[in-house]
Amino acid sequence: MSDPIAVQAIDVTIGWGDTILQEHATFDVPRGSIFAILGGSGCGKSTLLRHLIGLEEPIAGTINVDGCTPVQGPSQPPRFGVMFQSGALLGSLSVAENVALPLQQWTRLPPDAVGGLVAAKLRLVGLSGAAEQMPAELSGGMRKRVAIARAMALEPELIFLDEPSAGLDPVSSAGLDELILDLNLQLGLTFVIVTHELESIFKVAQSCIMLDRATRSIIARGDPRVLRDTSKDPRVLGFFNRIPGVATA
Amino acid sequence: MGAAPVAPAAFSLEHAGSELRLRGTLLFADAAPLWAGLRQLEATVPKGETLNLEMSGVERIDGGAMALLACLRADLQRRGVKSEFVAADAQVHKLVQLYGGDLVVAKVKRRRHIGFLDQLGQATIHVLREVQLVLAFFGQMVVSVAGLIFKPQIGNWRELPSTMERAGADAVPIVFLVNFLIGLAMAFQAAAQLKRFGANLLVADLIGISVCRELGPLMTAIVICGRSGAAFAAQLGFMQVNEEIDALRTISISPMRFLVLPRLVALVVVMPLLTLLADLAGIIGGLAVGISNLELTTRGFLNELARVVTRWDVATGILKSIVFAVAIALISCQQGLATSGGAEGVGRRTTSTIVATLFTLILADATLTVFFRLAGV
Repeated sequence: MSDPIAVQAIDVTIGWGDTILQEHATFDVPRGSIFAILGGSGCGKSTLLRHLIGLEEPIAGTINVDGCTPVQGPSQPPRFGVMFQSGALLGSLSVAENVALPLQQWTRLPPDAVGGLVAAKLRLVGLSGAAEQMPAELSGGMRKRVAIARAMALEPELIFLDEPSAGLDPVSSAGLDELILDLNLQLGLTFVIVTHELESIFKVAQSCIMLDRATRSIIARGDPRVLRDTSKDPRVLGFFNRIPGVATA
Repeated sequence: MGAAPVAPAAFSLEHAGSELRLRGTLLFADAAPLWAGLRQLEATVPKGETLNLEMSGVERIDGGAMALLACLRADLQRRGVKSEFVAADAQVHKLVQLYGGDLVVAKVKRRRHIGFLDQLGQATIHVLREVQLVLAFFGQMVVSVAGLIFKPQIGNWRELPSTMERAGADAVPIVFLVNFLIGLAMAFQAAAQLKRFGANLLVADLIGISVCRELGPLMTAIVICGRSGAAFAAQLGFMQVNEEIDALRTISISPMRFLVLPRLVALVVVMPLLTLLADLAGIIGGLAVGISNLELTTRGFLNELARVVTRWDVATGILKSIVFAVAIALISCQQGLATSGGAEGVGRRTTSTIVATLFTLILADATLTVFFRLAGV
């Protein structure tokens, strides 16, 4: 049986240049869960995500993904999928080609099998008819869905999502939440989601950490619904109840 | 029908009657042998027959393997073989539903083939449309320039010095070097021929006239096209995809006045100056060869140059450089503002800027050369 912890951060300090964003952050992401990283703008959520996926190295501390460092060499197949905030699709490739890219790079499947897998992934994210379209022709929500399909192409058990609902209309946002829940439930995928969309948080996240910019630390952890209902910390309450002027904002 | 087992390590496939029995653990990690096995068995089933995917023996299956099975079912149905997932337990059935393995398979629409003549026609119409857009943009530019002449205070002059610095001062080294080398190479090519006829001094005539009338302005324009033209197109293209141009329009600022005219004015000012520098650099290149290879003196070379090269030779080069400056600014800004489609669109427009500008420069150069000859200057 694989390790019950998918992602582990031990005493991690992150930042850029002389700026420290978070200090001594320690948390675990249980395998098969949907885990949210919360906090107001500028608290270091996306930066923490970049550290978790190995694009940046922490100033101090250790990050483990599946028991080893998230930094991957260029000759290693990816161990996890990532969806960036903008989708980050390659503009010169069609939707289908974007999703096929990791399969062509890292498997020895024949073109018909790759085509079949791409079609299945696009159907899964509700974009069967968009295979031949270019990213520039898609809406923001569609781009994010394609990015999720690409992140899932190699069947990773762990997927990182950066602001999946940001900039989406309520219907698209709800659809994306349903998709995340479905994938978690049916395929047992682990999701680490950076977000500050309250509706999404309460709908999908099973556990979370909340980062604070002022104290540069984790100020709350646990089930977001429980935190909303029981926390006494004014910063946590301020975040969950959308009260302006509280420290996390 | 007889059994045809395919048995990689973790799973097995067995064709029995109208069923394809799947057994064991089906994972994406084994996708290649799984797909090969499925294809091998699927190919033996003729149209009109049935091949159901029997899942009762599946112990574990992940999304990738299920995606392949759903793809196989769809392919079978498209070629007229009846196929469904059968005997799947509740967990596997959920995956079947997730990957659309229970849905009616839609027919694949074939893309209409576009013939060579159709493609040629479409490409021609596209080019003509682009020319029309450039001409319309030129019209707007002329109107805006006229407006600027009558009301100079409406111009965005703040951007002018920095644009002139980037397009002009920063280009001095490369313009000088390129034209020096052109003068040097031309003189070298000519030196051998001129020596044979004892006409060494004529290298000054050759270099002076060809550099001042043709190569100086043309090579400078090519360098500026590559540097500033591409930069203008990319800059404005990025602003366009980033909605900065739309933002300007919403606050009633004309992109033409605010962004295009400073670039046009900057190029019209710096190009003649750079062309004069180019003339000088080309002549120095020719002089270097004259002294080193043709036993000329500096005084002799310059005297001959002064005798042959007239004010009109230099002036026609300067006039050409102004036309080239307008062409570069016109095409690069028009292409930049016509950008759509993200980073890919910016790249495409930058490329088309360079191609269209180079073609226009050569065309304009040839036209002006003929015009000046016919006009007797």
